[in-house]
Amino acid sequence: MKKLASGASVIALAAIAMAGTAQADTELTIVSWGGAYTASQQKAYHEPYMAANPDVTIINDDSAAEAVAKLRAMNEAGNVTWDVVDAVASDAIRLCDEGLAMEIDPDEWLAAAPDGTPASEDFGDLLVSECFIPQIVYSTTFGYRTDMVGDTPPTEVCAVFDTENYPGKRSLEKRPINNMEWALLCDGVAAEDVYDVLETEEGQAQAFAKLDTIKDDVVWWSAGAETPQRLADGEVVMGSTYNGRLFALIEEQGQPVSMLWDWQVFDLDGWIIPTGVSEDKLPVIKDYIRFATDTQRLADQAKYISYGPARASSAPLVGQHADLGIDMAPHMPTDPNNAQTTLLYNYEWWADNRDDLDAKFQAWLVQ
Amino acid sequence: MLAADGTPLKASLARALRRQKLRALMLVAPLLLFVLISFIAPIVDMLFRSVENQIVSDTLPRTVAALEDWDPASGELPDEAVFAAIVADITEASKAKTHTRVGQRLNYEASGMSSLFRKSARKMRRMDEGPFRDAVIDIDDDWGKVETWTVIKQFSGDYTGGYFLASVDLERGLDGSIQAKPEGEQIYIKLFQRTLIMSLIITMMTILLGYPIAYLLANLPLRISNLLLILVLLPFWTSLLVRTTSWIVLLQGQGVVNDTLVLIGLVSDDNRLDLIFNQTGTIIAMTHILLPFMILPTYSVMQTISPSYVRAAKSLGATDWTAFWRVYFPNTVPGIGAGAILVFILAIGYYITPELVGGTSGTFISNRIAYHISSSLNWGLGAALGVLLLAAVLILYFAYERLVGIDNVKLG
Repeated sequence: MKKLASGASVIALAAIAMAGTAQADTELTIVSWGGAYTASQQKAYHEPYMAANPDVTIINDDSAAEAVAKLRAMNEAGNVTWDVVDAVASDAIRLCDEGLAMEIDPDEWLAAAPDGTPASEDFGDLLVSECFIPQIVYSTTFGYRTDMVGDTPPTEVCAVFDTENYPGKRSLEKRPINNMEWALLCDGVAAEDVYDVLETEEGQAQAFAKLDTIKDDVVWWSAGAETPQRLADGEVVMGSTYNGRLFALIEEQGQPVSMLWDWQVFDLDGWIIPTGVSEDKLPVIKDYIRFATDTQRLADQAKYISYGPARASSAPLVGQHADLGIDMAPHMPTDPNNAQTTLLYNYEWWADNRDDLDAKFQAWLVQ
Repeated sequence: MLAADGTPLKASLARALRRQKLRALMLVAPLLLFVLISFIAPIVDMLFRSVENQIVSDTLPRTVAALEDWDPASGELPDEAVFAAIVADITEASKAKTHTRVGQRLNYEASGMSSLFRKSARKMRRMDEGPFRDAVIDIDDDWGKVETWTVIKQFSGDYTGGYFLASVDLERGLDGSIQAKPEGEQIYIKLFQRTLIMSLIITMMTILLGYPIAYLLANLPLRISNLLLILVLLPFWTSLLVRTTSWIVLLQGQGVVNDTLVLIGLVSDDNRLDLIFNQTGTIIAMTHILLPFMILPTYSVMQTISPSYVRAAKSLGATDWTAFWRVYFPNTVPGIGAGAILVFILAIGYYITPELVGGTSGTFISNRIAYHISSSLNWGLGAALGVLLLAAVLILYFAYERLVGIDNVKLG
C-alpha cells in the first residue's frame, strides 16, 4: 500500500518538477504561524535577506500549527516540500526524536555574537534539543479586564482560582500543560516541587481538585487568538494566552486589559530544518538561518512583536516598537520587572507525561 | 439457434455484451484509478496503522527474541541475556537514530519510556562488556522494574490490538488479561456515545426545520420560491468558518441574543444564558450549517409530487390533515431519508464546528482523532478510532437499509 501511495507522489513530483524547470531562482518555503508573528519575521528577517540576496524568493506558509503531522506525512511520502519550519521547543524535541528534524551544530550553523562569543554560548541553555535553533522567548501568562475587577486588581496568578473576589468567566487553554502547574502553585506547592508532585497520582488528583473549584467558570481555548477576543468582548474577566497577543490587545488596540505576569511560563520558539530537504538547497537554507538568527536580526524582531530575543547578546539592542514608538524592553517577558516569578516549561517531563496526562485531562473535561 | 455468421446466438450475444461491458469499464477506468490511488489507497494505508506495530521488533530484535522465554507473571526481572540484548539493540538503534522513535511508541503505553530511551542510549553506547544487568539498572531505576519489561514484551509483536483496546477504554493488565482503564482515564466510549446522540438530535432538528421550508419552496409560485432558494443556498456558499464564528458572535454571553433578551427583560443581566461553548452551541451551529443538506433533497422530491394527488384525496372526503399525512407525507419520505443520511453521516464526522463552539461538553470523537493525528502523533490510536467511527457509520447504514430500504432514498 505504501508503495502505491509513494508511486502516486512520484507522479505528482514529476509533474511539479516539469512545471518548475524554467525557474532559475531559489525559492525558500518557510513555515510559520501566520498573523502578526509571520509579519514580524517578514520585516525583521525575510525582507532584509531578500534585499541582500535578490536571487532568493521566500514563500511564507502559515501552517506551523499542523507542522508536526505534516512533516511526518511528507517524510513518509519521501517528498519534503518545506525548507525551514518554525516550531515551539516541545514540538522540535518531538520532531528530533522522530528523526524528522535535522541535527545541527550551533557553532557551525549560527553566527557568533558581535563580541566573538560563539553561538552555543550566546544561546546557552536555550539550545534544548540538537535539532532546535531558538529564536524567541515567549511566555504564557494572564491578562485581566481592568474594568471588571473592582478596586483591587489582581497581582497574583492565584486570582484565577479566586472566584469570590474576582467573579466571572476565565479563559484557560484546553490542555494540561501550564494549568496543572498553576493549580498546584495555588494549592500551596512550592515551585521547585511542582513536577515531583505532579508525577504522583495524589499530586495529579490534587491539581484536578484545584481545577475542579473553577471548572464551571472556565471557557477553554485552543487557538491563541481566542482569549484576546474574549477579553475584548468582556466575555471573560481574565484569561491565559501568549504575552505577544496581550501586548497587541493592550498597546495596539487600547483595550482596558492589563498584564498579570505572576508565574508566567516561559517557552521557546525557533527554527528546525526538516530531514530530507534537497541537497542543492541546503547551502541557501544554511545561509538564511545564519542571517536570520544573528544578534541584530533577533533584536530587530522585537520591534514588531513583544517576544524576547533568544540570544543574550541581542537583549541590549532591543529598541522601540516600529509603529507605536514605545520602548519594547518593559514589555518583554524576560524583563526583570515582569520575570519576578516564572516557570520554565519542563520539556523533558512533559515529553514523558504528556500523553498520559492529556488523556486524564480530557477525561476530566468530559466528566 | 445460430446467428448470421454461424456461431451459436448465445455465444455471439455474450461476446457483444462483454465488449460493451469492457468499453464501459474503459470509460470509467480513469476515474476508478484516480479514486483508488488518491482516495482508497491512502485510507486503507492509514487504517492499517491501527494494528501495525513492527517498530518494536524492527528496532529491538535481540531484546524481543531474548524476552520470549521470560514470563512477566513470575514477578522477577529478566536475565542477563536480555540486558545484554537491550544494550546491543539500543546502541545500534542510536547510531541510526531510531531509538527515540521506539521510545515514543512505547511512551503511548507507559509514561516515561520516551526519556528512558533517550537517556539510556548515550550511556549504553559506552558499555563494551558485561555484566550488563546492574550497569543498565544504574542508568535508570525503570530498567529494574518488571513493568518496563512487561510493556516491551506485550508490544513486541508485529501487529497489536493495543490501539483498539485503548480506543474503547480498555487495556491489558500486567498478567496480560484485558481490563477496563481506570475511571479517570475513560473517555472514548463516552465521546462515541455523545457523537452518535448529538448527531441524531441534529438530524432530527434539520428534519423539523427543513421540512416546512422545503414544502414552501416546492409549493410557492416560482418567482418567490427562487428567491427563497437563494436564501437557502447563500449561507451554503459562505465559508464554514465564517458561519461558525458568526454563531459565536450571536450566542456568547455578551452576544446579540443575550443582549436582546436582557434588553427586553426576559433574562437578568447577571444571569445570562450559556448558549455557546457547550452542547447547545454545537447543536444550534451544526443544525444551521447542515440544514441545506436536508432541504435540498426533500425539496427536489416534493417537486415531483403531483398536486393532483392531494386534490384527489380531498375530493374523496379527506380532511387537510389526512390528505397531508396519508397521501403527501409518504411520498416525501424518500427525500427525508436521503437528507437524513446525508446530514447524519456528515454530522458524525464533523470536526471544526464542535472544536470552535463545543467547549468541553459539545466536542465529538473527531476532535480526539484530530488531536492524535496532528498533535500527539499517536497515529495508531487515531486510526483505530477512525476505524470504529467508520464501522459505526456502516452498521447504521445497513440498519437503515433494512428498516427503510436504500431504494427508497431519492435525491430528486
